[in-house]
Amino acid sequence: MEVNHYRISLGPPLYYWPRQTVFDYYDQVAASPVDIVYVGETVCSRRHELRNADWLGLADMLGAAGKQVVLSTQTLIESQSEATTLRRLCDRTDYMLEAGDLGAVRLLQGRPFVAGPHLNAYHGDTLRWLHGLGAKRFVAPLEMSRADLAQLLLDKPDGMQAEVMVWGRMPLAFSSRCFTARHYRLDKDHCEFRCIEHTDGLTMRTRDGEDFLAINGIQTQSSHCLDLIAKATELAAMGVAVLRVSPHSSGTLEAIAALHALRNGASHVDVVPPPDIPRCNGYWHARPGIELIENPT
Amino acid sequence: MELIAPAGSLAALKAALKSGADAVYLGLKNATNARNFAGLNFSEADIRSGVELAHSQGKKVLFAINTFPQAGRSAEWRAAVDAAARLDADAVILADPGLMAYACDRHPDLRLHLSVQGSATHVDAIELMREQFNIQRAVLPRVLTLTEIEKLIRQTTVEIEVFGFGSLCVMAEGRCLLSSFATGDSPNNKGVCSPAHAVRWEEREQIMDARLNGILIDRYAAGESASYPTLCKGRFDVEGDIDYVLEEPTSLNAVPMLPRLVEMGVAALKVEGRQRSPRYVEEVIKVLRKALDAAEANPQRYAAKPEWLSALARHAEGTQVTQGALERSWK
Repeated sequence: MEVNHYRISLGPPLYYWPRQTVFDYYDQVAASPVDIVYVGETVCSRRHELRNADWLGLADMLGAAGKQVVLSTQTLIESQSEATTLRRLCDRTDYMLEAGDLGAVRLLQGRPFVAGPHLNAYHGDTLRWLHGLGAKRFVAPLEMSRADLAQLLLDKPDGMQAEVMVWGRMPLAFSSRCFTARHYRLDKDHCEFRCIEHTDGLTMRTRDGEDFLAINGIQTQSSHCLDLIAKATELAAMGVAVLRVSPHSSGTLEAIAALHALRNGASHVDVVPPPDIPRCNGYWHARPGIELIENPT
Repeated sequence: MELIAPAGSLAALKAALKSGADAVYLGLKNATNARNFAGLNFSEADIRSGVELAHSQGKKVLFAINTFPQAGRSAEWRAAVDAAARLDADAVILADPGLMAYACDRHPDLRLHLSVQGSATHVDAIELMREQFNIQRAVLPRVLTLTEIEKLIRQTTVEIEVFGFGSLCVMAEGRCLLSSFATGDSPNNKGVCSPAHAVRWEEREQIMDARLNGILIDRYAAGESASYPTLCKGRFDVEGDIDYVLEEPTSLNAVPMLPRLVEMGVAALKVEGRQRSPRYVEEVIKVLRKALDAAEANPQRYAAKPEWLSALARHAEGTQVTQGALERSWK
């Protein structure tokens, strides 16, 4: 019997992986104990290993495996063609969608949707507004501390679920500039899709050799892997309904398995982040996000 | 096109009005605005005299309340909106929809501008805020090209404001947590980026290190000019290649593009820099006033004058300028 009543989600894929890698990956995800899977390209519209129809095929496969599937929309919309793609995606009524920006909220209003992590729902008034437009679930801002999250949950409208990211490199910033292309001295429009070479992003270190950030196309991430898996029980007790793992080339299925073991009563689990990626949890402790505070309780 | 000047103090506000700004924007002395720096911003008494002065000249004062109300603390941001209404603000610049809802409900006559922090980059995002809160203007994040801005203007009745000069945000505003990742404080949660309290300069053997909460943002050899350690504008190591991975220390300068901005119907041009001195405001606004007047009087014959550009360059971060995302090649 489940002791902790949370569901486990897999956030949208953030990296650009070869087509077959993606299909193989989601075959494994389908066989895992994850409950909710977010799919779709959220970072860069130039990426094309999977087309829209491919994502929908994946969605169907995952749905058939018993997963709740959510289609995620692109976080930063710039061009007319991106806006058109967004509209087309939001016309779909067969799956729930996760709104990546306010434009998606407009297109999804009046039906159930998930308010994504970059909509900046920091306080109750904004949650109520989103709920009024149809949001059934929201993903808390990444920089939120445990104390602020607890307060936000008190102000959360009834019938709205909270989701919190607990594992993976954190997507911290979005730009119109592609930093991967810039690193290779290429134009964004002629980027040669070099981000496909870096399965978990490209680590950016300080000049004295410390891990700091990771670049992933137009997205800047933490170089560190957020790890709040040890807080799963506490998060559930606070009223968080869904715990989100972000897809990496390794460690992800183990993170899902760990969360599954914890909700089935395991007292302790260890999860290893992808190779050469340090861990962090500072935001949870109201500290700089980069910090890791180990306080076994 | 309205010229909008930053005012971090009453002295800066006066300098802006004297130099030809059509409007100034300012913030209260707390975390409700995105330039929450020590020694900066306005007491209520200062605002009263500033507003009175501006209105006596037929000019406007816009109140930036553009951070995100933090959990359980909505009252502080609501109080800022109430104060703006009471102090006769010509508009409030807000980013957070929950706060917009409050402003709309409590102060139906208060004009609402969507802050750059609101991250509305396309027509559906802007129209949502118009339909929901009747916003009159949106300030665009610095991610769009001129062509993208032009198309957007044709699709909405909401006035569009763009940044014309000042420090350049590399990231889409309102969607950048790099500063809190490094220091705990971000534009969204505290109204600061790369805050001064986290900065430490270390000099040894003729090498100068600029650190932010201990994180090495850049390292300068003897004779190299050092910049403030804004974390996206330092030199870092990617695959052994040490470079400005995200951006160089640089400022945005749209002066060469003014006729195009006027022609496409941009409603207002914003100058960044509420944290800068009254001297900066005075000199930058003077140049922009001249440039804008020239662009509006005779767009066909407009050319940015070398003396304007050199005056602006003196006030640019790292003394470099760029046209940023307005030009596609920047991306």
